[in-house]
This record gives sequence, structure tokens and C-alpha cells, in this order.
Amino acid sequence: MKCLNQTHKVFFDSRSVPRAFWENGDEDVTIKILFCGVCHSDLHVAKNEWGFTNYPVVPGHEMVGTVMKVGSDVKKFKVGERVGVGVIVGSCKKCESCQQDLENYCPQTIFTYNSHYTDGTKTYGGYSDMIVVDERYVLRFPDNLPLEGGAPLLCAGITVYSPMKYYGMTEPGKHLGVAGLGGLGHVAVKMGKAFGLKVTVISSSPKKETEAIERLGADSFLVTSDPAKMKAALGTMDYIIDTVSAVHPLLPLLSLLKLNGKLVTVGLPDKPLELPIFPLVLGRKLVGGSDIGGMKETQEMLDFCAKHGIAADVEVIQMDYINTAMERLAKSDVRYRFVIDVASSLSQ
Amino acid sequence: MAMSSENEHPVKAFGWAARDSSGHLSPFKFSRRATQEKDVTFKVLYCGICHSDLHNVKNEWGITSYPVIPGHEIVGVVTEVGAKVTKFKVGDKVGVGCMVGSCRSCANCKDNLENYCPKMILTYGTKYYDGTITHGGYSDIMVLDEHFGIKIPDNLPLDGSALILCAGITVYSPLKYYGLDKAGMHLGVVGLGGLGHMAVKFAKAMGLKVTVISTSPNKKKEAMEHLGADEFLVSRNTEEMQFAMDTMDGIIDTVSAVHSLLPLIGLLKNNGKLVMVGAPEKPLELPIMPLLLGRKIVGGSNIGGIKETQEMIDFAAKHNIVADIEVIPMDYVNTAMERLSKADVKYRFVIDIANSLKPI
Repeated sequence: MKCLNQTHKVFFDSRSVPRAFWENGDEDVTIKILFCGVCHSDLHVAKNEWGFTNYPVVPGHEMVGTVMKVGSDVKKFKVGERVGVGVIVGSCKKCESCQQDLENYCPQTIFTYNSHYTDGTKTYGGYSDMIVVDERYVLRFPDNLPLEGGAPLLCAGITVYSPMKYYGMTEPGKHLGVAGLGGLGHVAVKMGKAFGLKVTVISSSPKKETEAIERLGADSFLVTSDPAKMKAALGTMDYIIDTVSAVHPLLPLLSLLKLNGKLVTVGLPDKPLELPIFPLVLGRKLVGGSDIGGMKETQEMLDFCAKHGIAADVEVIQMDYINTAMERLAKSDVRYRFVIDVASSLSQ
Repeated sequence: MAMSSENEHPVKAFGWAARDSSGHLSPFKFSRRATQEKDVTFKVLYCGICHSDLHNVKNEWGITSYPVIPGHEIVGVVTEVGAKVTKFKVGDKVGVGCMVGSCRSCANCKDNLENYCPKMILTYGTKYYDGTITHGGYSDIMVLDEHFGIKIPDNLPLDGSALILCAGITVYSPLKYYGLDKAGMHLGVVGLGGLGHMAVKFAKAMGLKVTVISTSPNKKKEAMEHLGADEFLVSRNTEEMQFAMDTMDGIIDTVSAVHSLLPLIGLLKNNGKLVMVGAPEKPLELPIMPLLLGRKIVGGSNIGGIKETQEMIDFAAKHNIVADIEVIPMDYVNTAMERLSKADVKYRFVIDIANSLKPI
């Protein structure tokens, strides 16, 4: 099989990949990939912005497809079923985190790409035609979720769903702020509305307002550079999901929170942020982090989205558009995720 | 024309005040209001010197209005009660912490969180309902709305219980709110001063394992033998700190100086909580990846409500938790402030007001 290597735009064929990787083990499922979302992390890794890329890298951790083969011990899936694979394809299965269905916090998490299995073989992601994954890390893809719109949920969706549950941001009537309106942010708005929250989008771009309110269903829109509006919104939010990956000030966001308010960051700025302590102390506020979610929780999230008709807003592209897509993504020029139509455009 | 401090109220009072940002304290005549129907008037016996007093007298937070009489860790004995007072009688011991008023009607006040009321009135340096500025416990008498008075349990020594009213509640409240109060948990305490040593004592009484994290290796013996800490980490010792990574359920950070959060976040287990109760005046650097990768939090907390403060002091009484103090006469206060700024005290100065505050 062939995979498209993102950074070098090189096709390499299966003979260069260790044979063991491609064989379907007893607990494995072989999946024909139909669609794969383009996550901002793919761009960071492709360009080695985090400093740990091991080339060649095949990115992609928001994939959906159909089961082609199941191992003899596989219980959860049958051939022909629609499934998804997200950010992780392995973990130790024994530690406290794994036992609590929090494989994402296992110290030996194996990521879908740019990672290694215990036998040393590299993992390759969803910008490819097929993948073999231990069934534990495969998700059942609900029938009534669209494949293209559902793919990004496997990373973007769980990345906002998990903290919303963990930090208790699901009480109907409470007020959620969503900072940043990209792949993560727009899904957070949809989920927030499904939880019955009042949702305010907090953004630096005034031109996203109509979209946020009319299309995504946000209740209000706050432009961070409008001092009067920011002042009027002080102390009004119970929680904020901060999806912004650029370095940005936390003080204005903390000021928007009520007493006991929670600011949860799910973006990945590459430098530390400035944290003013007085507002935390005086308002008993907190800043917390969250990183994707465990497998059980990811399944719960997909089922929740299916129930509430939540899918990502996507622009479907062909495989050979990927480098242009990456450039546009770097400029946030997408509403709100690119999804590669792998099946029809990744030719042999 | 504005009334002078001496004349604005009918009852003469005497204390020590700072008059400018040198922070130097000196004798000061002023006045207190007459006992209103819900007030108790009491003779001050002891007053703790909180680090906030030092910040305030030197105007380090930029909010001080002079003259200021500091002191918000006050213990005394009631001398007069208003007609509608039910909580205290003459002769009772009474404690006052950081607050003497709040709106009493907002959601926070109704939730017994007067400390988070937007109209909370601090014990000193804040405008009271009558427009006058509140004056704190470095003084001979005080008049207090009974709601903000704390009953001092009989088995607690008066001098040692004064500082529990600020330092004690400042660490007790977040231990409860952030769920760091369960036997068997592992708590880190950063900084071993007034707040830190109280945190160690409370946490041990709650059945936690406690590790003190400090820049001073010479505090180790004291921390472990006298305060009962289980372990001691020198924060500059990178090897020790690395070895302790990923071991703590929570950390109470009492340090007010600017310092690095990254190594502290590293000490936390997954889902761990770093709680700030010190108040550095500049922002600290917050590395985001470690928060995300371990689903950790950094939170804050500010003193506690009145109900909680009472609960805290009753807990202290039940577990015989007594603060470690150095009792001083009033006229030592400026020297004490200098020593405090160098952290040269185990672990709080307490002014013996009754025996050493002499009117001029």
C-alpha cells in the first residue's frame, strides 16, 4: 500500500515498511480509510514545530472508514462496519489511567502517528489508505453521523467534550465562553448549546460574528479588542474553553469569569502564558488543562453528537490539495476543518 | 471639612499606624464608633502580624491610603454588646480576621462566602458603611458587627489562635474547596512561613502525607521534627525535585515572591491541583503543555467565609493545632516588620497588645 508523506510529498511503497505492522493481529482491526480530518496538530508535526517529528511522517488522527478484517479475538467489530480512529492507537492497558479508561493520560500512550509501538515500529496516520489498529482504540461510528463531518470529532470533538464533562461545564442555563473559533471552538459552541448552556464566542475577529450566531447558534459574540464590550461582560461567565494556540493574554479571559469560574485551555501555545495570580486568588478561579480523552469517553462523545445532530463544519478536499490546505490552515482560512476524501483521491 | 481620625467617632482609641510608604509604625490617636445594636466592642488582647500588613504599610500593592492601622488577626475580650447581639456576651473571647463587613444580601454572602462579596469590607484600610476608614488590630479596642466575630474555643491559647484567623483560614479553605482534605492524599506545601506552617499542621490533622517544598535547606529539621512534615524538598535541588515528580495530589503554594510554576506542576500527579494562596504582584509564567498532558489545574483562594472560619478554628481546637509564634511588645513592631521581610520568624509575630500598647 502507498502512503502520501506530507512534508516531502513522496510516495513510498509498502516494501519499505516493516511487515509486522501491516499484519492484522488477534485483537486488531484492519480499516479502509474513507475520510481523514486535517487537525492543526498535523501541521505542527509536519513542520516539526514541536521539535519531536521523526520523518517521514504520515499525519492524520481524525479518520473514519470501514472494517476490512478482524482478528480472531476481536469482539467489538465486524467486517463492513463504519469505524473511527482518533489520536491514540495504543497504551499500556495496566496503569491507573488505563484502568480508568483514561488511555490518553497513560505515560506510555502510543499516538496514531509519529509514535512507536512497543516493538519499535513507527505509527502512521490517516493520510493513507488503510490502518491496522487494536480494537480497544477503534470507535464505533454512529450510523446517523455524516462521515465527513464526523471525522474531525475524533480529535477536535473529544478535545472539547472531555473537559466540558470533567470540569462540570454541562449544567443547563450556565454561561460558557468559547475563546477562538476554529476547529475546536466551533465544535465547543455546538456542544455547549446541546448541553443547554448559554454560549458566548470570544474572538479577535469581528467578522466571525454573523457566522457564530446565525450558523453555529452562539448566543452572543465578544470581540476581545472592544474594551467597552469586554468591560460589560466582566464576571459573567461560569466557564471558558480556551482553544487558542497562539500566545495570548489570560487576564482578559480570567476577568470574564464569575467567582469560582474555570478557564480550561485545550490549545497548545508553544511558549508559556502569563498568569496573573491576583484574579485567581480574589475570585477563587482556576486555569486547567485537558488533553483529548479516553476511548470510552470518545465513544460517549460520538454517541452524544449523533443524538444531538452535531458534526463539524468541513471543507472536503482531495489528497493532492493537502499542501494548499495546510497553508490555508496556517492562516485560519477554513470553516472549520479540512477533511481529506481519502478513498476517492488517494490513488495507488 | 473632613473629620480627623480622632474626632470622627465618639469613643477614643489608640493604636499604632503607618503614615507613609516607609511603612514605619508609630503611636496614633484615633476613635471608634459607639456600639451599635448589632455590634460588640472588645478590648484587643493579641494581634498577629500578617505579611499583608507589611505589604500594606509599605503600599506595595498600590492601594494603601494613609494613615493605616494594620492588623487582621485579632483576639480580644468583649466589653460591651449591642441590644440585638446574640452571639456574644460581655467577657467572652472573640476573634476577628480579615473582614468586618459585607453586603449580606448577594449570592456570595447568602452562601456564607462573604470573602467573595464584591462589597466586602476589610478589617483595615477600607471604607465602612458610615464612610469612615476601618482601622485594624494594632489598637486597644475594636467595635465589630457580631456577624464577623469568631468564637475562640476555650482550649486554644489566645496568642496562638490570633493568626489562625487569617493564616489558618487562608490555607484551610482551599484544602476543603479543592478536595485536598482526604486522608491518604499527598499534599505539597510551598513556602514555610505563617501560611505554610499552618498548612502543614492542618493537612497532617486531616491525615494527609505532607511534603514541604522550600528554598531553604536549613528549614528541613524543623519541618520534619517539629511540624510533622513527612518529607522535605529543596526546590533548587533539581535531582530531588525530579525524583518527586508526579507524586502529589495537590500543592498549596504560599509564596508571594515571583517564582517558577513549572517544577511545581511537575510534582503533581495527573488531575493534580496547584493552589495559589500567596499573591505575587507580577504575573507568573504558566507552561500550558504540562497542564494539558496531566489534566492539572492552577487555582486560587482568598481567606474564607465567616462560617468556614468558625469551622476551621473549631477543627483547630479539636486537633490541638496551635500556631508557632513569637510574642512581641508593641514597640518592637518596626523591627518585627524588618525581620518579617527577611522571613526571619518562626512563623508569625504576635503583638501582646493588652500588656504593651500604652497610650501616649
